[in-house]
Amino acid sequence: MSTTELYGLVLTGGRSRRMQRDKANLTYAGKSQLARVMELITPLVARCFVSVRPDQLEDPRRAAYDTIVDVLANLGPMGGIHAALHAYPDRGWLVLACDLPFLDSATLQHLITHRNSTRVATAYRSSFDGQPEPLCAIFEPSSRALIDQSLAQSQQCPRALLARSDVELLDLPNPRALDNVNTGEEYAAAQAALGAATPPADGGTRRRLKVRYFAVLREQAGRSTEELETHAGTPRQLYDELRHLRGLTLAPEFLRVAVNDEFGDWRSPLSDGDTVVFLPPVAGG
Amino acid sequence: MNHFSLHDIVLQPGQLRQRLQDPTCGGYCAFEGWVRDCNDGRTVLRLEYEAFGPLALREGERILAEAQQRFGVARAYCAHRVGALAIGELAVWVGVSAVHRGEAFDACRYIIDEVKHRVPIWKKEYYQDGDSGWVNCERCASPAAPAHAEVSASEHAAHGHRGS
Repeated sequence: MSTTELYGLVLTGGRSRRMQRDKANLTYAGKSQLARVMELITPLVARCFVSVRPDQLEDPRRAAYDTIVDVLANLGPMGGIHAALHAYPDRGWLVLACDLPFLDSATLQHLITHRNSTRVATAYRSSFDGQPEPLCAIFEPSSRALIDQSLAQSQQCPRALLARSDVELLDLPNPRALDNVNTGEEYAAAQAALGAATPPADGGTRRRLKVRYFAVLREQAGRSTEELETHAGTPRQLYDELRHLRGLTLAPEFLRVAVNDEFGDWRSPLSDGDTVVFLPPVAGG
Repeated sequence: MNHFSLHDIVLQPGQLRQRLQDPTCGGYCAFEGWVRDCNDGRTVLRLEYEAFGPLALREGERILAEAQQRFGVARAYCAHRVGALAIGELAVWVGVSAVHRGEAFDACRYIIDEVKHRVPIWKKEYYQDGDSGWVNCERCASPAAPAHAEVSASEHAAHGHRGS
């Protein structure tokens, strides 16, 4: 069975009443949340769009990307998903909220790998209440009729829609990946957690790290292991550095990372003495 | 005792099977993955498996524990080869015993599927035409974009398409 091509939709239309500001422009480690989400999703989908309200079309941050404008007003996330499914009815849609600062590529790849396109959607179970998470989920073309039907009955909650539909539900590999940010305090906490991952441009701490290479990366690096002193503060920064130093061709979006013999996060701060392994796509069995 | 194990010598299904025997169980199901002589239309002569041992064992144990929990099976084991393998050799063995056959089949299927997706083991195939390649890795190269550049709209258009 062939799977329909996957497009990406990043929802930015929300009014962030509790935050009193535009969530898409919140920054972490110097990068807007919108730019971060777009960087995560772009390598994984055929095309990617930002969902906007008509009055947000002129916003330069959003206008930097392809956009899909809400057709029906004031329907929240459901309005954005509705517009995308009507604009390209024969595509699957990877829908992402813009307020998920801890979202990582591994979470998206896991969702895509386990996509079941014979069902209406593929979604994660919430770590909090076990309900489907609609704002990091794949909506299949077949969901369009259900959304139209819901909206006709004035039901605008995508979570409720998924809860009563035939949905492939997955457990989150990283239970915190979909924690969202709704208040100033939550934003400050997320900034601290993610900002800590960015070292100062110069004069920052140098760490002594060990790297082990396996498979295709071992061949490309021409070694199985190395120790180095670096300003890199996170696995992602370390990979970017080694990619140039060792001529590694694999894009980080296809890799996972392990720190001290356990799966790790690309953005978690590294400590002196850590051993880091970059994991190419596996092929056991 | 390890339930998930890595081996650099030939696997012995007869020995592995003994570990599954349990008087409470009425069903036993095993899966053997063999080295095939063809992949993606290319003739394969031999292959090599490489594992990141410590994490492979941990993740493998997690998968087996999940299978036991999900399907309520009594025992579950998985043994995976590393190193050089010839065509026809046994590459991976999964065995499950349970009170009834249904859960044994289901757990066996779950284990092999998850092992293929999650355990850090890599496979290099050597082809008849002299070429070789790491399975699942050959399409993962990115154009050498500057790592810290802001991604612009035009780059999105250029890099948005992935190989199948």
